[in-house]
Amino acid sequence: MNSQILQVIYLIGSVSFIIGLKMLSKPDTARKGNLVAAFGMTIAILGTIFLYEGILVSNYGWIFGGLIIGSILGTVTAKKVKMTQMPEMVSLFNGMGGACAMLISAVEFRHLTHANEAGNLPSGELLIIMLGLIIGSVSFVGSMVAWGKLSGRVKDYSLSFQQVVNIGLLLLILGAMFYTIYSGTPDVATYFYAIWTMSVIYGILFVLPIGGADMPVVISLLNSFTGVAAAMGGFLYDNKVMLVGGILVGSAGTLLTIVMCKAMNRSLTNVLIGNFGGSSAASEGSEKFGGTIREINASDSAILLKYASKVIFVPGYGLAVAQAQHVCHELEELLEKEGVEVKYAIHPVAGRMPGHMNVLLAESNVAYDKLVEMENINPEFATTDVVLVIGANDVVNPAAKTDPSSPIYGMPILDVENAKNIIIMKRSMKAGYAGIENELFYQPKSSMLFGDAKKTLTQLISEVKAL
Amino acid sequence: MLEFINSNIQIIYLVILMIFVGVELIEKVPSVLHTPLMSGANAIHGVVIIGAIIIMGQADNMFATLLGFVAVILGTLNVVGGFVVTDRMLEMFKKKK
Repeated sequence: MNSQILQVIYLIGSVSFIIGLKMLSKPDTARKGNLVAAFGMTIAILGTIFLYEGILVSNYGWIFGGLIIGSILGTVTAKKVKMTQMPEMVSLFNGMGGACAMLISAVEFRHLTHANEAGNLPSGELLIIMLGLIIGSVSFVGSMVAWGKLSGRVKDYSLSFQQVVNIGLLLLILGAMFYTIYSGTPDVATYFYAIWTMSVIYGILFVLPIGGADMPVVISLLNSFTGVAAAMGGFLYDNKVMLVGGILVGSAGTLLTIVMCKAMNRSLTNVLIGNFGGSSAASEGSEKFGGTIREINASDSAILLKYASKVIFVPGYGLAVAQAQHVCHELEELLEKEGVEVKYAIHPVAGRMPGHMNVLLAESNVAYDKLVEMENINPEFATTDVVLVIGANDVVNPAAKTDPSSPIYGMPILDVENAKNIIIMKRSMKAGYAGIENELFYQPKSSMLFGDAKKTLTQLISEVKAL
Repeated sequence: MLEFINSNIQIIYLVILMIFVGVELIEKVPSVLHTPLMSGANAIHGVVIIGAIIIMGQADNMFATLLGFVAVILGTLNVVGGFVVTDRMLEMFKKKK
């Protein structure tokens, strides 16, 4: 009876995942969709605790203890995190899920070896446990590395022959897995722990050489990995809600990864193999482009802005880092009051994640219709008097169109160079996240306004007011 | 092989259908929603916590108890953190009056 009720609960849970994900893909219903999925998760968890056959009441303390600790930690970190750190946060939570799948495999492996004679383990179950272990470990460790990279704790680093090493290691892991399962070796445990170790190393080597600018794509990919790892649990326990949730995220996540790559006009292989070079080209800019940089101060910039009829803001990661979204909105309102038409040009991958800028600017109450996506804003630059680039770099680099040797060649960019004046706000002449020089800075129409985005914007506001 | 497919035929159907559903759901998503959607999907794969609860609930030795307990905590972090972060992101998309 109990287990029959539980199956119905799992069915409702599964359907709510599907509906939730569907609603999440539309702006109007997205927030409700998240709640629908959360509801499905809650009933599935509670149902399992109270109705699953074989759950010992004496272990309720441990279960609720874990749930409470996890909920408090999860809520506090998720509430406290700044909007700029969202990408890291997603990566961190994704890693937790991967680690969970990994531990499940470890415990189930022990159960399996204790219940059966060595050398005579059921191959189907062993295969599922091994896959859960490998995928879970790679996802866990990979997410931790991605998290470290985004928060600046881990630097890009690649060995020579990195790709050969990676592929070799992956083949070794899979080979060892099949050998362990089908050879009937009595030494299963040793192989199991060796495979575990290799998977952890693979997770590190897989993410380490990938450039920081590509981290969103990697996180999305690892996200779908964890989905597949969760689905392995579904196979193991013949649990439909785990299976549906896991596979759904696995397939949706994979597609989302590809869509993100497309937004950058790159293929997934290109992201995974063609790592962005270091900053070798960083300091040779002025010789390379022949021009010189022109600096501009805040009061001259303010004059340009105030007497323009149309201004476009191009926000980037610099805006996010400086937490300048509110000041930015203030400047926009001030200019609008002076009769200047102000719009925001949103590049799909500006910041550290797709949609990052929308989230930030929406936080500071910038009207929805002022945020214009790349395809729609590009024709408008020609009629724009001033473009104010706020801490963006790679997304306005003309090298993406003109220099086939550039690592970002082929990525669609914002055509800011068509505007009459370009003011580029930057902290220093340092190269952007992709580690490459930007020719735009050396063009005669461009001027550089150095400083922290928030401070400089505040200065601009007071200068405009003073005029 | 044939035997394996036949004894698991229901699950195989389910997996294939779910792959298509997943792809179908994501097909037309505005780039604005990429990050929240990824975050929401991230929370959904937290369903792995059910496996952790099963292990924890059936644990009768120290090894399973400890690992199961850690797994429950990690799984809960994934679920709760995932949903809360997604909600915070989406909160900002609410319509302005």
